[in-house]
Amino acid sequence: MRNEKSTEEIARGIRRRVFEHSIRNNGGYLSQACSAAEQFAFLYNEALTLGPSTRPMVPPPFAGVPSAANPDYVTGAGYNGPAAPEYDRLFIAPAHYALVAYACLIETGRMAPEGLEQFNKDGSSVEMIGAEHSPGMEVHNGTLGIGLSTAAGLAWGRKRKGETGRVCVFMSDGEVQEGQIWEAVQAAVHHRIDNLWALMDVNRQQCDGAMDDVMAVGDIAAKLRAFGAVVAECDAHDIPALREAAATPHEGRPLIVLAHSSPTQGMEFLRRRFPRLHYVRFRSPEERQEMNEAIAAELGIPPVDLGEH
Amino acid sequence: MEMVDRPYAAAFEAHALRHPEVLCLSADLTSSCEIDGFRDRHPDRFLSLGMAEQNMMSFAGGLGLAGFRPFLHSFGVFLYRRPYDQLVASVAYPRRRVRLMGFLPGITTPGGMTHQAIEDVAVMRTLPNMTVLEAGDATEVESIVAAADSVDGPVYCRILRGSVPRLFETPLRVGEMRELALGTDVLVVTAGIATEEALRARAALDRAGVSVRHLHLTTHKPFDAARIVDHAASVRHGVVTLENHLIAGGLGSQVAEALAEAGLARRLVRLGLQDTYAHGGSRPYLMRYYGLDALALVRAVERLTGQETGIGEEDLSAVRLEAVHSAVKAEAL
Repeated sequence: MRNEKSTEEIARGIRRRVFEHSIRNNGGYLSQACSAAEQFAFLYNEALTLGPSTRPMVPPPFAGVPSAANPDYVTGAGYNGPAAPEYDRLFIAPAHYALVAYACLIETGRMAPEGLEQFNKDGSSVEMIGAEHSPGMEVHNGTLGIGLSTAAGLAWGRKRKGETGRVCVFMSDGEVQEGQIWEAVQAAVHHRIDNLWALMDVNRQQCDGAMDDVMAVGDIAAKLRAFGAVVAECDAHDIPALREAAATPHEGRPLIVLAHSSPTQGMEFLRRRFPRLHYVRFRSPEERQEMNEAIAAELGIPPVDLGEH
Repeated sequence: MEMVDRPYAAAFEAHALRHPEVLCLSADLTSSCEIDGFRDRHPDRFLSLGMAEQNMMSFAGGLGLAGFRPFLHSFGVFLYRRPYDQLVASVAYPRRRVRLMGFLPGITTPGGMTHQAIEDVAVMRTLPNMTVLEAGDATEVESIVAAADSVDGPVYCRILRGSVPRLFETPLRVGEMRELALGTDVLVVTAGIATEEALRARAALDRAGVSVRHLHLTTHKPFDAARIVDHAASVRHGVVTLENHLIAGGLGSQVAEALAEAGLARRLVRLGLQDTYAHGGSRPYLMRYYGLDALALVRAVERLTGQETGIGEEDLSAVRLEAVHSAVKAEAL
């Protein structure tokens, strides 16, 4: 399903929605929208072959976790369309990007804007850290480093069954600090799993701050290549470059696209917070208003009317 | 008593060949888990995932999502200690039909602390959505394969390998315990290899005039608490549990919880590893050293009845099956 909007428009819409939501709710995952808006827009609008959403436009409330006593349980995968053999599957490995993913679902017509009003509200399925039952999610990835392994298993199984759809993982660079990522790459290479590809947001940030200060990971591309993966690198904010990188042939091997991003792209005002960008809170009403006006100006939109907020 | 050589190998192969959705996964312990023959004969059904259990666990979750039922083969300890986070997030939570085949449970390995799964039942049974089974003889090893694969959700199994005695004639069924004796003095509840010890003790206790009620548990979860309580209510002196596991969190705890919740006052003696790690050694040595054998069970029964039976090591060795065991190769890694 292709959207009528351009990928660039969707990326702008993602930034705008995440910004407005964060200002209204006194904080949010702003920098993830800055670094990954084009990547999510690219995945949903171009790169992935997805069917139309099978789920309600306004996400239903939390309906229980999987258990034998909960036969009606469903994941949030239906927002990405049906799990038909010809369609691609997407895992969002850093589930902390959930707000960005929800904004993208709205921009691509898969979720109603009202859905975001349930974000992080008690009893809602639109959870802060994306859960299996959250819109656009199919597996739990809040524990970082497990997404690529799960995707490799699914991809191997789909290939065995002759399904043509591919499996894509949206990843973050901080995840490569986890040993499991390297176990996953070696397994995907060993078993020649080439219906698997990943788009990694290389923003060089993690919860504690800049990755180089927290735990330097060296040359990710060189390490991945040494493990046998095909690696393509591009500017994460350059959509034609994303297109070109994602089209890199990778027969017999998994492809990992390193999308080099800025954690403040489109909201340069956030530079003042560098390197504490993982979750931006406002320290005072004045700061909130200042950020509201400054970033709105950068985005070319009116500031959020805070009213009674 | 009949000894069966490698009952798992044949049972798994036969089952897998009948069910094309079954896959055989290994983490570099292929011959140690008796699936080397399967690997050689059915390479297209075998996935080598190397020494990387965290990836294997999440990978298996992905295979489950694709509609397969992967059997993960490793030593029990490697299926939960290192990949616990992956076990929860990728397998247990989403109820993937992943079958975790844990070999060398408890002190059945001479590998020492790093190789001995002594808290696996405790860990696994506390996980929502998990089913936990344990085989106690060759028949149960053979039947646990199909039993585990019948469960709509993840299953952890304690598997015995090598030369295994055949104690039972009927297959293991999920949720069913075996009533091996219906005496009225003391209730003995055992699982896995502890049952064989209890059979030895029972022979001697019978001769000494102690009337033992004996249950063999195959399913740690779901746990049939009501039945345990019924049996406990039918004996005069109390209950002894004997398990190849820590006494905390396993069979002893399960029985204690059942009695307490039912409000049934019975003394309970829990035999097993008493809040301690074990070290490496032969199975008979470790069972004696840590009080997991028939003699320990006899002494526990005496504590409950308040009467010495006069049973000594010699009496138990008369019914011991040691000669059979010593004829088979030592438990190698």
